[in-house]
Amino acid sequence: MPRVTFTANLQRHLDAPSLEVDGACVGEVLAGVFARKPLLRSYIVDDQGRLRRHVNVFVNSAMIVDRDGLGDTLRADDEVFIFQALSGG
Amino acid sequence: MAEELFVATRKGLFLVEGGGRQAPRNLGFLGDPVSAFLEDRRDGTLYAALNLGHFGVKLHRSEDFGATWTELPAPAFPVGMPADKEGEKAPSVSLIWTLAAGGPDQPGRLWAGTIPGALFRSDDRGETWHLVESLWNQPSRSEWFGGGYDDPGIHSLCVDPRDSRKIVLGISCGGVWLSEDDGASWTLGGKGLAAAYMPPDRVDDPTIQDPHRLAACAAAPETVWCQHHCGIFRSDDGGRNFVQIHNASPSAFGFAVAAHPDDPRTAWFVPAVKDACRVPVEGRFVVTRTRDGGASFETLGEGLPQDAAYDLVYRHALDVDAAGKSLAMGSTTGALWIGRNGGADWTLLSAHLPPVAQVAFRAT
Repeated sequence: MPRVTFTANLQRHLDAPSLEVDGACVGEVLAGVFARKPLLRSYIVDDQGRLRRHVNVFVNSAMIVDRDGLGDTLRADDEVFIFQALSGG
Repeated sequence: MAEELFVATRKGLFLVEGGGRQAPRNLGFLGDPVSAFLEDRRDGTLYAALNLGHFGVKLHRSEDFGATWTELPAPAFPVGMPADKEGEKAPSVSLIWTLAAGGPDQPGRLWAGTIPGALFRSDDRGETWHLVESLWNQPSRSEWFGGGYDDPGIHSLCVDPRDSRKIVLGISCGGVWLSEDDGASWTLGGKGLAAAYMPPDRVDDPTIQDPHRLAACAAAPETVWCQHHCGIFRSDDGGRNFVQIHNASPSAFGFAVAAHPDDPRTAWFVPAVKDACRVPVEGRFVVTRTRDGGASFETLGEGLPQDAAYDLVYRHALDVDAAGKSLAMGSTTGALWIGRNGGADWTLLSAHLPPVAQVAFRAT
């Protein structure tokens, strides 16, 4: 099943280990992650479940297309990376 | 006992102990923007709202005075909530702008004002939050707009100490709203406020006013002071009607106001030049105080920088203690002062904090 890995910058705020979660698309896999780690949800998506503006999700080496619906499909051996955009001061 | 001060900043929450003789001590969240802070006087619990940027708004609670913090679910709009207009996105909280406690007769009750302009209610010390739909569904909300932020927001929540069902809240830019039934229904107050940034026939429209900050006198909460985008106003009927105060010098523009806890005629303000130039007038950083309801003002600068100062005090970054004798303020430049003798004598406590969002005297 797909493996999800989170930016190390999240670890400063809460425990976010790599997880293997079943799902046919990014949204399904993230729903599985959030079921195990409820507080993690609001760090990745907004109130309506859309990817946060400054969070990026890659499937293997490609950034996902559907940031609002998270419908990008996954294969069982895909790796999903949750990164943050770079900004601040 | 020497005062203790909480200081919420762009890069963490700090505590100043010993009346300022000790350096500010980090109380958590070092490096993270703390957008709102609340010490619940009913039980001493601390609440800190964060705006993590990339990772959204967060809420934490401490029951051991900041030694440890527990993350709580932050106020959020219900999933599936419709967008206001076709083509727009459905709402999501982008900032917790203010937190307030309910009355002693409402254990567990908290209020949160957010951007976009929504009020959230908790009855279990922040474990769960519910959108106050009676306010969100006001038809005139479509007229509100952002002031300084893209979306309108609720920054001031005054719960009546005599009757905790009575609430006065301020929205930039959505006016002054009143409830007398614990938030079940709302009335638009703010008559008499004047918005020079609007076309002439809408200057007096209460719907689109920008009250930068509201502060009610604790002992006489029918007196509500308003530092508005376009000047200083006072209400003597709980926020329904306001009169403009014209004689504050050197300026009536600013963000913060503090109301004396006992004397409804006394209030403090921190002026800047004007909306298009948000720095102290002629580089002299001062506080203005009225002790006669706004008939006259004193300009208080003793101990404050009187040359080449560019400090600006945001709406939550001025506080007065429970006795009405000491004030505290922090600036966007990261300076922190305490003002003794009702603000007549100021002492710099730190010049090197991150930009200050809020100061609050410890109450418990």
